[in-house]
Amino acid sequence: MDYLAILQILDSTIRLATPLLLACLAGLYSERAGIFDIGLEGKMLAAAFFSAAVAYTSGNAWVGMMAGIGASLVLSAVHGIASITFRGNQLISGVAINFLAAGLTVVVSQSWFAQGGRTPQLSGDGRFNPIVWPGAVERTRDIMQADPGQQLYSELISGHTSLVYIALLIVPLTWWVLFRTRFGLRLRAVGENPAAVDTAGVSVVGLRFAAVAIAGVLCGIAGAYLATALQAGFTKDMTAGRGYIALAALIFAKWRPWYALGATMLFGFLQAVALRPDMIEGTLGWDVQIQLLDALPYILTVIILAGFVGKAIPPRAGGEPYVKER
Amino acid sequence: MTAPAIELKGISKAFGPVQANKDISIRVMPGTIHGIIGENGAGKSTLMSILYGFYKADAGEIWINGQRTEIPDSQAAIGAGIGMVFQHFKLVENFTVLENIVLGAEDSALLMPSLSRARRELKALAEEYELSVDPDARIEDIGVGMQQRVEILKALYRGADILILDEPTGVLTPAEADHLFRILEGLKREGKTIILITHKLREIMEITDTVSVMRRGEMTATVKTSETDPAELAELMVGRKVLLRVDKAPATPGATILQVRDLHVTDDKGVERIKGISFDIRAGEILGIAGVAGNGQSELLEVLGGYEVARGEVLMNGEPIDLSGSKSDGRSRRRRGIAHVPEDRQREGLIMDFAAWENVAFGYHDDPGYQSNALLMDNSAIRADTARKMERFDVRPPNPALAAKNFSGGNQQKIVVAREIERNPDLLLVGQPTRGVDIGAIEFIHQQIVALRDQGKAILLVSVELDEIMSLSDRIAVMFDGRIMGERLPSETDAKELGLLMAGITDTGRAHGVGEVEENLAHAGGDAAKEV
Repeated sequence: MDYLAILQILDSTIRLATPLLLACLAGLYSERAGIFDIGLEGKMLAAAFFSAAVAYTSGNAWVGMMAGIGASLVLSAVHGIASITFRGNQLISGVAINFLAAGLTVVVSQSWFAQGGRTPQLSGDGRFNPIVWPGAVERTRDIMQADPGQQLYSELISGHTSLVYIALLIVPLTWWVLFRTRFGLRLRAVGENPAAVDTAGVSVVGLRFAAVAIAGVLCGIAGAYLATALQAGFTKDMTAGRGYIALAALIFAKWRPWYALGATMLFGFLQAVALRPDMIEGTLGWDVQIQLLDALPYILTVIILAGFVGKAIPPRAGGEPYVKER
Repeated sequence: MTAPAIELKGISKAFGPVQANKDISIRVMPGTIHGIIGENGAGKSTLMSILYGFYKADAGEIWINGQRTEIPDSQAAIGAGIGMVFQHFKLVENFTVLENIVLGAEDSALLMPSLSRARRELKALAEEYELSVDPDARIEDIGVGMQQRVEILKALYRGADILILDEPTGVLTPAEADHLFRILEGLKREGKTIILITHKLREIMEITDTVSVMRRGEMTATVKTSETDPAELAELMVGRKVLLRVDKAPATPGATILQVRDLHVTDDKGVERIKGISFDIRAGEILGIAGVAGNGQSELLEVLGGYEVARGEVLMNGEPIDLSGSKSDGRSRRRRGIAHVPEDRQREGLIMDFAAWENVAFGYHDDPGYQSNALLMDNSAIRADTARKMERFDVRPPNPALAAKNFSGGNQQKIVVAREIERNPDLLLVGQPTRGVDIGAIEFIHQQIVALRDQGKAILLVSVELDEIMSLSDRIAVMFDGRIMGERLPSETDAKELGLLMAGITDTGRAHGVGEVEENLAHAGGDAAKEV
């Protein structure tokens, strides 16, 4: 396997890991505040549909993304009202959101565009297009002839959509918010012991809603990325379990932002490898079933969720609605 | 005359049909320690929760320093200068001391400036009030005594002038409690007002200036502590004369019933919880195990009760019992004549959603008297048996069909005790028999335990209440860090000596633990250690 091929795989790793990373960080905010969010999948899917639909109508990907974030926030609000205000079961609320999104997106899409549940193909400004950094070369022939440094710069660093760079910047930002700000301290506290926050005179409900809203925004960006950057339009069930993979990555990452980057990159890498069976064959020297490669991220998810990868201690108040003691 | 620090006028609060507080009025003068005493469910905690903004009173007024004050939430209470130390600490376990103190009282959106200011203030507070803590230690790594100090510091950091402490000594060793009282005295000298909620008469007598007594949601009396005595307070609490001391004849021990030899227990994290203990219990005697919670007593009960595995040897009536867990369980222990009143009745003793009669059958459901034929159980027989036991043990209400959770703590405990004692066991294991139980029921349960002893049964009593151990036991063994530190006769020891043993300090003055133990020595044990 040559150097350029490795670069190409790493390049797709980053592109494929971006939605996972955004969803994983969404889950991180929510779960750090003590609200389990199994509805990441549904929120991403709803955001994917609405961003594609609005991007198509308006011809502007950014407007589309705003619509996607809006859709995701509506579902976040449903989750918040069910599980924070009315202290319902967070898992059930999340599952309901996933079903709701899976069904509604297809029905609404069919009713609006009559293309079998898809949105029309996006083009031009309706999509997020790659940003070419100064000095990077674009054409495949130029890249092949460039020196290794230039190849790394052009292939791996340059040429992603703005959302990829935004997602990567959110990692240090999340770390800083969680560990260096008042809001972060309170957010972590409310996921560990809401009674401590309450008796300190800070609103548990307010903090949890804030966390769920941040999760909504991040899922919204993730969905918009799927439909208007990675792909050129919405297709039925296009999230394909990424919300659940993000949850697995979150556990793998022990609810920490930098680890989340690493964990989602690992999943992204497995997905990228599955796209290039020819290279696996070339490296290993034998035939690998493509179905097996496709299944790898999901197999890893099961392994992580079954607890084989070290001991992860979740936020202690996770999943528990807060009820004041008598 | 100065205005009272706190004045409550006609406070009432109902939860559904339950009237938790009825027209309560109280004046707490500034710079005093005011005790509020009452049984469980008397409404003390509700009253303080109203004062701290957790609940809104249905009626009544709150006056702070002569000003009418509305307290809709905790923020308002903090603003009015009220700080609260809850019975169950409200600390974030994996945060540092500093982070816990700053939480909710940060100066700005960024953490660093708040943390460094808190560090400076903590130093000043520590010097002023004997409240030293390591600001960078994690809460889960420090002992409960330290955690309580963090709670007090939290309140002081928020500028509290009025400090409410809810059952503060429940989790402390006697030496730690003494230290706490010295801290409170220091705060009082600085002009702070302290409200101490407790059900322990001894603490009220020791430290308060004034005491208010609550009973069934009403304030029955407020008296100067110097003008009252424990017997009067107990009577005010319960509403009738109460025997504070257990009446019992000297023990007449017979044959050895239980022999424990070199018992070791390792928990599932690989930590050794019991590090080789040996003791005997004879027929007709009560062996009391004293110790601060978490020093291996729970594991001891679990091993003997048949649901924890151990290494070592245990002989019951001279025959070994299986400790590996492979050939034995709770049921086989019962067949060998071991009955068990577990420490946590709500988790281990009862199923809270099940009716009393179902709970009475648990563990004894294969009793021939409970079967109507080979397949079916005779539920009416169990109900009748339950009704009989309820009458004998004065369980109220005497309704076998009522779910366990609908009984008060004392009555729940009576159901468990009735189930176990009525089986006439050779050995009774009792853990925390009176935790969360009101004074009236304590008296009754103690009498039942002594009665069983007088029938020639062996009893192993585990309790963190030193008073209970001292008044019930015929012999006292003190556990610390998985070992028995020493055995004493109740007539030949006192709370001070037992307290030192509970902190791991033996006659030789050698401390087995680290950290807090040395501090206890320095603060409390200094003079006591010379005596023993």
